[in-house]
Amino acid sequence: MSFDVRAIRADFPVLATTVRGKPLAFLDSGASAQKPRQVISAMTRCMESAYANVHRGAYYLSETATEAFEASRRAVQVFLNAAMPEEIVFTANSTMAINLVAHCYGRGVMKPGQAVLATEMEHHANIVPWQMLRDATGIELRFARVTDAGELDMEDVAAKLADGKVGLVAVTHMSNVLGTVTPAERIAQMAHAAGAKVLFDGSQAAVHRRVDVQALDADFYVFTGHKLYGPTGIGVLYAKHALLERMPPFLGGGDMISSVSLAGSTWAPPPAKFEAGTPAIVEAIGLHAAIDYVTAIGMPAIEAHERALVEHAMRKLSEVEGLTLLGQAQDRGGVFAFALDNAHAHDLSTLLDRAGIAVRAGRHCAEPLHARFGLEGGTCRASFGLYTTPAEIDFLAAALVKAREFFA
Amino acid sequence: MFDDLRDLYQELILDHGRKPRNFRRLEDATNHARGDNPMCGDRMELQLKLSGDVVEDLGFQGRGCAISMASASLMTETVKGKTTAQAHALSDRFRALAMTGACPECGADLADEMERLQPLAGVHEFPSRVKCATLAWHTLNAALDGGKEASSE
Repeated sequence: MSFDVRAIRADFPVLATTVRGKPLAFLDSGASAQKPRQVISAMTRCMESAYANVHRGAYYLSETATEAFEASRRAVQVFLNAAMPEEIVFTANSTMAINLVAHCYGRGVMKPGQAVLATEMEHHANIVPWQMLRDATGIELRFARVTDAGELDMEDVAAKLADGKVGLVAVTHMSNVLGTVTPAERIAQMAHAAGAKVLFDGSQAAVHRRVDVQALDADFYVFTGHKLYGPTGIGVLYAKHALLERMPPFLGGGDMISSVSLAGSTWAPPPAKFEAGTPAIVEAIGLHAAIDYVTAIGMPAIEAHERALVEHAMRKLSEVEGLTLLGQAQDRGGVFAFALDNAHAHDLSTLLDRAGIAVRAGRHCAEPLHARFGLEGGTCRASFGLYTTPAEIDFLAAALVKAREFFA
Repeated sequence: MFDDLRDLYQELILDHGRKPRNFRRLEDATNHARGDNPMCGDRMELQLKLSGDVVEDLGFQGRGCAISMASASLMTETVKGKTTAQAHALSDRFRALAMTGACPECGADLADEMERLQPLAGVHEFPSRVKCATLAWHTLNAALDGGKEASSE
């Protein structure tokens, strides 16, 4: 299928709306992406004709819903090229998936004296759970540095792995601020050579490129549905089956047990062991539809479209006088954080909003990274999706020039 | 492209945003408080010098957007020389102004001061920006009450 951005835009009802009379230029997909009609109608269809609780009823609707729910798990397995569907655990989002690993692997399997190695470019979701683990268990927490260009300092990664104490490397696959795509395969090799497991936060990366967890040799990989044009409330933890088997359960409740007596309980095998309670059924159906949607277009085609957008944006935004771009990584995706010399990020986003341009302002849940670059006051961030057009980027660049004049 | 935003970003606000008044540390402060807006990173440190019941001097330092800097700057100018009761009254009235664009409770007293703060009234049309304007005033209340932390969240 060839990439036709106009046809794609027609799939997203919200893109036809106007903001204060101006056409919407939605450049905040990195925070949460818009939803195509295919996802919306799949969820509606489920609720109208195929909804019941899953894994519980021996009646037609429940069996239909269970089948659809498990089909979504298989779709995620294929999407990530996992070895088996049992390696896919549904969570609420990436944050919950990382917390699950911090709890079940960090507290459940790792030992005091070991360390977790994260990086300065992590989202708070890949920092705070490890701080909580450190504070609760005495497991050490280390952070690999980021270079001035916004790339991961691989020498520092090697240095921090050198003493063999690191039990887990937790690193983003693509920065939500710098756009930097990290060298995941190399990181996995280095981690494994040092005796550590590796977790990738794929919240951004999984949206923009084909992810193959077996080729990466990832031990854990997490992503979230709502950034992948799917619904909120559903995320994914991929983990190697042997690890899931070793890990104790996360939350206790229904669905995660094998048997329960008042004296004690035994656990269901993975993935059910990690999915207590009624799951996000309709959202799983929506995620399946979203995966089918991007797969039909083709992840390579989406990646090529976004590469062209990134090059265009680099050129256009570099031309804006007084603009500082955060991150100049060689390998990067469609996320651009920037600061104007004479306007605070919040003033700037209010102006851009008047032009119909939606960007995020603030520190994008990456406060340490902003401190690293001396931008504690925050930045604006434009992030692209498969429906983003070069014309929207031109419009942003023109609006930034006008905004600078406004505050002059 | 942005002409209709001149209601929000009036020249007075841009001027105070660029060159905030009383942007300094008070050597002889009696009260102080820190104001934080964790969502956007705005942060300010406010110091007061109380003499009996009168706010004799104010100084603030910190970082933030044009609205929050201008609001803090105008606040220090307006509150200087007022009694603590008047300062509290101004704070209540200003927050009503920022949130609704009007202040039906405002009487004849302090009318000049409220007139001076009027340029910030436009912020009420921008729900996500109201807290930028009110941070300084929350911080003022905390400082007057002898507290240390304020948040406009």
